[in-house]
Amino acid sequence: MNIENVSRRGFLRGAMVGGVFVLSARILPAPLWAAEGETAVAPFDPYLWLSIASDGTVTIVAHRSEMGCGSRTALPIVVADELDADWSKVKIDQAIGDAKYGDQDTDGSHSVRSYFDQMRLVGATGRAMLISAAAAQWAVSAKDCTTEPHFVVHKSSGRKAGYGELAAAAAKQPVPKKEDVALKTRSEWRYIGKESNAIFDLREIVTGKAAFGMDAAMPGMIYASIEHPPVLGQRVTSLDDKAALQVAGVKQTITIPTVEPPHLFKPLGGVAVIADNTWAAFNGRRALKIEWGSSPHSSYNSADFRKTLQATSRQPGKVVRNVGDVDAEFKRGGKIIEAEYYTPHLAHAAMEPNVAVAEYRDGKVLAWAPTQNPQAVQETVAGVLGIKKEDVTCHVTLLGGGFGRKSKPDQVAEAALLSKQLGKPVKVVWTREDDMHFDYFHSVAAMYMKAAIGSDGRPTAWLQRTTYPPIGSTFSADAKYADDEMGLGWNNLPFDIPNHRAENGPADYHVRIGWLRSVANIYHAFAIHSFADELAKSSNRDSVQYLLDLVGPPRIIDLGLKGDEAEDAKTYPLDTARWRRVIDVAAERSGWGKKTMGNGHGMGIAAHRSFLTYVATVVEVEVDSKGQIHIPNVWTALDAGTVVSPDNVRNQFEGAAVFGTSLALFSEITATNGKIDQGNFNEYHLARMNTAPKHVDVHIVASDAPPAGVGEPGVPPFAPALCNAIFAATGKRVRELPLSKTKLA
Amino acid sequence: MIRLKVNGQERSFDGDPQMPLLWYLRDILGLTGTKFGCGMALCGACTVHNNGEAIRSCTTSLKEVAGGDITTIEGIAPMHPVQKAWMEIKVPQCGYCQTGQIMQAISLLKSNKNPSDHDIDAVMSGNLCRCGTYQRIRAAIHQAAKETA
Repeated sequence: MNIENVSRRGFLRGAMVGGVFVLSARILPAPLWAAEGETAVAPFDPYLWLSIASDGTVTIVAHRSEMGCGSRTALPIVVADELDADWSKVKIDQAIGDAKYGDQDTDGSHSVRSYFDQMRLVGATGRAMLISAAAAQWAVSAKDCTTEPHFVVHKSSGRKAGYGELAAAAAKQPVPKKEDVALKTRSEWRYIGKESNAIFDLREIVTGKAAFGMDAAMPGMIYASIEHPPVLGQRVTSLDDKAALQVAGVKQTITIPTVEPPHLFKPLGGVAVIADNTWAAFNGRRALKIEWGSSPHSSYNSADFRKTLQATSRQPGKVVRNVGDVDAEFKRGGKIIEAEYYTPHLAHAAMEPNVAVAEYRDGKVLAWAPTQNPQAVQETVAGVLGIKKEDVTCHVTLLGGGFGRKSKPDQVAEAALLSKQLGKPVKVVWTREDDMHFDYFHSVAAMYMKAAIGSDGRPTAWLQRTTYPPIGSTFSADAKYADDEMGLGWNNLPFDIPNHRAENGPADYHVRIGWLRSVANIYHAFAIHSFADELAKSSNRDSVQYLLDLVGPPRIIDLGLKGDEAEDAKTYPLDTARWRRVIDVAAERSGWGKKTMGNGHGMGIAAHRSFLTYVATVVEVEVDSKGQIHIPNVWTALDAGTVVSPDNVRNQFEGAAVFGTSLALFSEITATNGKIDQGNFNEYHLARMNTAPKHVDVHIVASDAPPAGVGEPGVPPFAPALCNAIFAATGKRVRELPLSKTKLA
Repeated sequence: MIRLKVNGQERSFDGDPQMPLLWYLRDILGLTGTKFGCGMALCGACTVHNNGEAIRSCTTSLKEVAGGDITTIEGIAPMHPVQKAWMEIKVPQCGYCQTGQIMQAISLLKSNKNPSDHDIDAVMSGNLCRCGTYQRIRAAIHQAAKETA
């Protein structure tokens, strides 16, 4: 399916449904625009989300982007369940970017977590209105009516009416107040938590009909490929495009001004080659002769930067959590253990490179993009073109992976900017090399850890420092501290240690920094859970028992947090009983303690909570005589509270083990004189079928707690669990990723 | 003038014979089920069949497949046992690489009716999946093999 010619359909869908119970067509109150950086909170309005046609087709709006985590399916399932709809009669309508939907930034593993209650209410409200309509027709009390999928039923007479035939009358019912709407009990759920749930787009995906950003097209569009400044901030000092213009299919070149910090999501700048098709545009680029000016980032060399980061991490930093007095405890002497850990930049490397189609016409922009955040598209395009964000319409395609990269719509702004100059729709296609060179990189990080060990082998003091260029540097060029990232596994250590201090050291950025699946949790978990295992081994303790000792007795930990994190803590208290449980389950399922370790065979464990989900992972490793690593088994236990689609959740955690394998074993982005060294999958290696874990066993701990994240939390514990397994197998402690840098034989 | 067959239809192209088959399929014919991932035959997202054999269309020029018989995912009549297995095992996450995976798997099962894990890993390791669905892909291939046996 090509999505050609459907450009303005999004606005008209409601009207096309057939005029009955067309909830989305209602004139809405003015949306509440969120101030920059704030989460938009939209007023509750079931009409925004749901419509039922006279043929019974239920259309549910998905306002979150689908990048493979399943939120486009999960939230409509919640609506359908409470509506008591027949899922086979449900269609999903992907929302355009619009603040009326509230927050649409599909990141932070929070789609279900943030919208579960609201979507339940949407469905239940629709169900209540259908029941009211039927009761009125039958002149019976609504209390005497119930529903079965897609029908209202009068309990005593057994009389039935289908949702389609009731739709018109239901539309005339008043929208009941929230307090008057009955939600189903958990036992009444037909879809939520059921194994049979599958992603909505499954059939389209396996038949090649699913429309990704790469597949978007507009009539009359032209193609662009952009030679970006190799070093961030470089300007074009001379351009010779004569040869490029000779390339068959190439129409012209357009120079895009180089971005000024803060970089936000603005186009990087460079020279765009405009052509009849993608291939011609790529070819034209190869023929460009460009000289680039200097940049303050031209001296960025990863090897040197590592030394700087590590030197900083050895110095006192900003204190982000303090319990007791670690200094006093260290002064008492005794057994002290120190360790340093290092992790490199990573690229997202979604299978679909960055791409967008946009058309500028009459002061307005229409864009199709694989974006995690269509409202950021509106803001970015509006800012770059100097138009109002209300005049930017962003349709969201399926995303060929996102992992955080596609929250940053720099390529959409490129397409819009070029379209304005060319007077026709433009498709900007990034090559794989563009995608890797010009990512918003996961930060390089250095961690320093120090512990004092008591006579029982347990730490009496635990100091941890982390240093890395913060994501904040993308938004504010002078940001050096990762204040907003401390909640990602650094200011919330759950261990039962009387003296604990967490610090953060400053660092400068030299590339654009962004969030990548589980973000700072990756290096924070790597340092913390590797170090925990080092302490266990230094006292000759079993890693699982030691970890349970560290977590301590079941209790709720008050972290004394502020702001959003404090709000989260009310609904999602840090509960060590749940932490212990996932450790117990993962250990038990893995047969922990029953297999002999050593001689190249080992098991390791790590347990981490991120995005409010508790995860324990046991990795089994075989290290052969050549030092090659094989991962026959992974066992993950997770407690994500209420789960909508368990099979999809297992898929997410199976995939997280593979994502974890990539970053633990292979992946590394480095810079030389400001230029990124890796361009394609022959230089930036990812786990493949023959290097990925062979079996990943995922166990979801049953829980009635509110839903927590599932897309990201599987990633952080993987690398430390693997490295702990390698220690068990070989006696070699790995303190640096990727593992390909460490000789194990 | 390059002539070739795509999904049973005769086609001719008088543009750049060096154009990779991938971009011909996507930009010229509008067959977008075949995906662009790397442009260097490193990821397998662009896998199609030429005379029944899996090839990487991103590094195969039109000149090289002149006279060939190309099958893309759009030319596979649903539901092929491989597609059916993909749905039953619920393999995809984002789905972008899956058409390439499916085309590779169909080709594998043509030459090896009952592949072992090792056989599957050897053939399928050329196809990247960043979402990490390898375990399900392997299971789906076994299931499709059973179905077609």
